[in-house]
Amino acid sequence: MGHSTAELSDPQGPPHVHHMDAKTAYESAKFGMWLFLATEILLFGGLFCAFALFRWMHLDEFHAASKHLNVWMGGTNTVVLLISSYFAAMAVDAAQHGDNAKVRRNILITIGCAAIFLVIKYFEYSEKIHHGYLPWMFDKYSPEVAHLNEKYSVFFALYFCMTGLHGLHVLIGMALLGWVYSLAKKDRFSGRYYTPVEVGALYWHLVDLIWIYLFPLLYLVG
Amino acid sequence: MSTAVAGEKKNYLNEHTGIWSWLYTLDHKRIGIMYTVSLFFFFIVAGCLALVMRYELARSGPSGLLTPEQYNQAFTLHGAIMVFLFIVPGIPATLGNFLLPLMIGAKDVVFPRLNLFSYYIYLIGAIMALVALLSPIDTGWTFYAPYSIQTSQGVVLMTAAAFVLGFSSILTGLNFIVTIHKLRAPGMTWMRLPVFVWAIYATAAIQVLATPVVGINLLLLIIEKTFGIGIFDPKLGGDPVLFQHLFWFYSHPVVYIMILPAFGIIGEIIPVFSRKPLFGYKAVVISSMAIALVGFFVWAHHMFTSGISDFSAMIFSVITFGVAIPTAVKVFNWVSTMYKGSIRLDTPMLYAIAFVFIFMVAGTTGIYLAALGVDIFYHDTYFVVAHFHYTMQGGAVIGLIAGLHFWFPKITGKMYNETFARIAFVLVFVGFNLTFLPQFVLGMNGMPRRYFDYPPEFEPWHFASTIGAFMNGLGYTTAILNLGLVALFGKKKAPANPYESLSLEWQTQSPPIHDNFEKTPIITDWTYGYGQPVKTAHH
Amino acid sequence: MSHHEHGPDCTHDHHGDHMGHIMPGHIYRNILIALLFLTVVTVGVAQIHFGGVWNIIVAMFVASIKAGLVAMYFMHLKFEDKFTWIYAFIPLFLLFLLIGGVFIDNPFRIIPSPQ
Repeated sequence: MGHSTAELSDPQGPPHVHHMDAKTAYESAKFGMWLFLATEILLFGGLFCAFALFRWMHLDEFHAASKHLNVWMGGTNTVVLLISSYFAAMAVDAAQHGDNAKVRRNILITIGCAAIFLVIKYFEYSEKIHHGYLPWMFDKYSPEVAHLNEKYSVFFALYFCMTGLHGLHVLIGMALLGWVYSLAKKDRFSGRYYTPVEVGALYWHLVDLIWIYLFPLLYLVG
Repeated sequence: MSTAVAGEKKNYLNEHTGIWSWLYTLDHKRIGIMYTVSLFFFFIVAGCLALVMRYELARSGPSGLLTPEQYNQAFTLHGAIMVFLFIVPGIPATLGNFLLPLMIGAKDVVFPRLNLFSYYIYLIGAIMALVALLSPIDTGWTFYAPYSIQTSQGVVLMTAAAFVLGFSSILTGLNFIVTIHKLRAPGMTWMRLPVFVWAIYATAAIQVLATPVVGINLLLLIIEKTFGIGIFDPKLGGDPVLFQHLFWFYSHPVVYIMILPAFGIIGEIIPVFSRKPLFGYKAVVISSMAIALVGFFVWAHHMFTSGISDFSAMIFSVITFGVAIPTAVKVFNWVSTMYKGSIRLDTPMLYAIAFVFIFMVAGTTGIYLAALGVDIFYHDTYFVVAHFHYTMQGGAVIGLIAGLHFWFPKITGKMYNETFARIAFVLVFVGFNLTFLPQFVLGMNGMPRRYFDYPPEFEPWHFASTIGAFMNGLGYTTAILNLGLVALFGKKKAPANPYESLSLEWQTQSPPIHDNFEKTPIITDWTYGYGQPVKTAHH
Repeated sequence: MSHHEHGPDCTHDHHGDHMGHIMPGHIYRNILIALLFLTVVTVGVAQIHFGGVWNIIVAMFVASIKAGLVAMYFMHLKFEDKFTWIYAFIPLFLLFLLIGGVFIDNPFRIIPSPQ
């Protein structure tokens, strides 16, 4: 049976699995994560497809609706995620050199950036909700949105779905990185074994990648 | 399961015993068996629903058994269970799981825990689906907006179940792809792989790449149903046809998930029972990958009458003709393999030959539907129903049954009863064709699908179809009982390689040991050297 | 079983067990600076009105450069084998297909005018 506890003789080495050697296990984990990332791209891709269609159908409304989004908050979030990606990559680098303390520090910064992202998101969302931009509140809420019609509604429906699904993945990424941190706390990693760090970082980079496209689409081009 | 009897060789079945050794197993062989049991449970449930429907449809006028609303729920239930709980996991989850590591000379798949996790996700999704289907859902298994948004709340749970099941499918596909890339034994080059492995690979690629699109589609449906956002609802600025684009972008490739593994099984059976090498191995490999790829280009042929532009309809029609070509290549290869071969008509070969015949009908009627002008008339008629049952049941299910018979001695170490197997085959083959051939006629004469009732002039065809359905059901029952009872209680031991196959899974004991091979095999030749001088033996 | 390419930045030593490719640390910092700069470009270029469909094309182009840098260097795609490349890029191809399929549909529909 496969298990992930390290050999006693090499506590920072790769775990013993009975059906493959360590290098194959490492490459398989990486390849498997890339395949999983492919599925995530396709998952969000459906939303990008919907956005492309409705933007073409309701271009003026999309332009106008997009202006209600806060470019500064979106832009800051972009910067925050890029920095978080940098520290995730540096965590992998640290693990490759066997520096578990640095791994912990970099992972914490990555998670910290993710938290900042979510806080800014929270402020954005509550502002939107307060002003009545939730799609089903459209004709009921404040006078400033009373003139907006159902075509604006589609923009905001997609805004909440796309950023919401992205935010869910930020949370999942934080949990995954938290697990990596717990392993680094036990000084688990070395140049011979750092697969969880690499695989966790790959997932985190995807979260960054998606936002790189979401930001200009939703906030800038509209 | 059985405990190790004194003198009985240690194998994966008797090595560890007790229910927990199964529920916590990481052995791909046991996981494959658990999938098989679960899948056939749902096959029987959905099959009974089919018989209920056919009973209703046997005569013109209501039979008294079902109200029209209940009939709509019946075909929704039947379709949803058959597609999501049986055929999509289908051959990959059952025979794929069991055979893949054996065929490439590995001890297991690359992520055994993920494999078990996939199985439990499947069970969770299946239970969610069953609970959902108890509340009346009558949208058909396709959940088209806007009706699915307006109707019963059961749709939310059902589509959530489909989402969960999709996850299982993705993780299985991911596992198989990495396994085939990374765990092939020394000497097992890509072009020495059995065609079943190539088929599983192509299938796994589709599972990984297509499923997420329907995932997001169903997620959007759930959100729209729950929160009233306007993605698919035109009153709120949405587009209902977008639902269909996102739905069929997955659901067309999914039919290739269903059929490609069956093609692989036939490609394994025919050389063994013709004692001849597979004709055109390279062409079979390339056509498998081509079907997987081109299958992504044709989805809107399900939407010809939905209001898509004529321009796109024409393009999709032409490309759909194209996707038939690689399939036809395979049929030529199978028939050419049999030509001047030394044919043995054991049960697996009977099913395989039946498959070739049935798939000729299935594929050709697909061409009819690909033709835009014809499809305008045939869409949503019984012609379509007959076509997809010929492909899905006559193709995928018969492929699975053929494979279960072929590899039965390897999986269980026993031999099924040949007489009952042949009786079952005759009932299935005659019953299946009697059920669905009349339905082509019905469709050509305009009988719409998903209809509870019909005018009296259609009755003779419907009546014949119902007779066939019950015969078909009897045949499957016989086959399943034969395999199931012998697996559990049978005494007759099977040799390690009763059909003298050269394939790697047959070069180890039946049933295999836990780690599949005593020593890692080293491969020096391809799998299909039948009737040819042996170059060097497999280890 | 698999090998990795040796890119121009490759400095890893070959003795001892090594798993993946190790890039020199300063590369990451340089990439981050490039990404931050490109973010400024993204915002700046969105203020220019290119007209028609070009705005979105330019925006997506800049985003793709950023995404490419993240993928190649942060995710080490530059040093991965060809199968990883295939599975990394095939989703983009499929999305192109999906969006393309929708866009040969909707814009080409002939909506009859009401009588």
